[in-house]
Amino acid sequence: MAEMIAIDGLTKRFGAITAVDDISFTVKRGEVLGFLGPNGAGKSTTMKMVTGFLAPTAGTARVCGYDIQDQPIEAKRKIGYLPEGAPAYPDMTPAAFLEFIARVRNVDTGLRRKRIADAVEKTQLGEVLYQSIDTLSKGFKRRVGLAQALLHDPEVLVLDEPTDGLDPNQKHEVRSLIKAMSYDKAIIISTHILEEVDAICTRAMIISGGRVVADGTPVELEQLSRHYNAVAVRLEDPADTDLVKAALERIDGVLSVEANKYAGILTVYPKDARSLIAEVGQAMRHGRWKVAEIRVERGHLDEVFRRITQA
Amino acid sequence: MGIYTIFRRELTSYFLTPLAYIFIVIFLAMAGTFAFFVGNFFGRGQADLQPFFQFHPWLYLFLIPAITMRLWAEERKTGSIELLLTLPISMTDAVLGKFLAAWCFTGIALALTFPMWITVNVLGYPDNGAILAGYAGSFLMAGSFLAVGAAISPLTKNQVIAFVVTSVVCFVFTVGGTGVVLNFFTGWAPTLVVDTIAQMSFMTHFNAISRGVIDARDMVYFASVIGFFLFANVIFVDLKKAG
Repeated sequence: MAEMIAIDGLTKRFGAITAVDDISFTVKRGEVLGFLGPNGAGKSTTMKMVTGFLAPTAGTARVCGYDIQDQPIEAKRKIGYLPEGAPAYPDMTPAAFLEFIARVRNVDTGLRRKRIADAVEKTQLGEVLYQSIDTLSKGFKRRVGLAQALLHDPEVLVLDEPTDGLDPNQKHEVRSLIKAMSYDKAIIISTHILEEVDAICTRAMIISGGRVVADGTPVELEQLSRHYNAVAVRLEDPADTDLVKAALERIDGVLSVEANKYAGILTVYPKDARSLIAEVGQAMRHGRWKVAEIRVERGHLDEVFRRITQA
Repeated sequence: MGIYTIFRRELTSYFLTPLAYIFIVIFLAMAGTFAFFVGNFFGRGQADLQPFFQFHPWLYLFLIPAITMRLWAEERKTGSIELLLTLPISMTDAVLGKFLAAWCFTGIALALTFPMWITVNVLGYPDNGAILAGYAGSFLMAGSFLAVGAAISPLTKNQVIAFVVTSVVCFVFTVGGTGVVLNFFTGWAPTLVVDTIAQMSFMTHFNAISRGVIDARDMVYFASVIGFFLFANVIFVDLKKAG
């Protein structure tokens, strides 16, 4: 089965508030879907419905072919879930907690020790295994939550802000971990960190006000940015800025040119995201201006995010 | 399987914090104090445990809510309820597992009062069958208090509120069978009403059992109370889990 997660018309209302409004998507094996969106956009609520914690007001969620409402136990067996804030039982040690999860998830007695050891190794929990969870740092608590989600080697992983509270090294490790696992799983993560989408997601969805407002590969989303394919030029002599600006504005296909006179930096924005690097280079050579640096910009995901979610 | 795993985790968790030890010590100390000083255990000159059992409803009234207040309120507060309810177990498994663990824990505390039983056997020749019935009645009554508390716990994230409300509800169930309440109704209310109020009380049924009379009706009563409140528990958890 290719479509491991199939969401159709998922809607959740809390009284008069519509938290999630008719969201549909599918996630295939090997895909990592990133949920982006401002706080309160409905990311966590969607995840809570996919994992069977909340019942949807309308619509269905199927995991590996099992409807989460009609066959909740079968569906939940297939899912590893890291809830928002990585809750665990604070009085327990990670060792006891993982043992509990392994038992609830019916991991075979013979396999249990190995699975726990694997999860501990992947999330590097070894040094705190026998300390009570409430004495652990935020980063370790998050990793206990991750270990718990990975323990039974699920086919579907739903991770709500998996790198929140981790330091840059730990973030990198968790991203590598997710990437390494992704080839045979369907994964949904939510995040505020846009670089994370670039780093691990095969597909990104921007959710705002409970609706999907953009959906595509990270590169496709970057193309929505006005910075996509913009050319930035830094002049050796900032005094030339005005002259260069006039010359660049004459190039065919240029939408606008922004200039910073003091730094001698000009940014050329193209029409229709077309590539202008050749034309800009030619204009600079033609005018014999000394160029310190010239580069093509990629799209800025955060700019796309801001524009879409604030519209 | 699911029930057993939840039961095991819950029961173990009592002993991870000082809660279990403090509860047991206080329960034993209070049970003994009431039996010897208030119940006049020695002065009566009778070899039975009536003075010991008769105070159990009052002990349970404030000790049981201390156990049940955290059952669901804490899960809601820490967010672990989201973890628990997305594991491949049914809501019923979770509710029963938690309840049975709490009941088993209370059973352990109750069993640790065995020196009372030894004392009375050393001093005289008690009716051990009646004593056993007393323990059974006390255990069933504890289960009913626990079921009431477990049902109330998911309604709030605040453990203090859960404690107070549970105490009040249990108080109503307890005093329903005492003279205070019954005298108020006798005389003007129809006998049926008075009987119903008396029948709804933990005290009436507990006293019947602890005198050594094991009547199926008393058993059915406690079983129904436990069943009803556990059913309410499932519904309340489902209603309040999201908030």
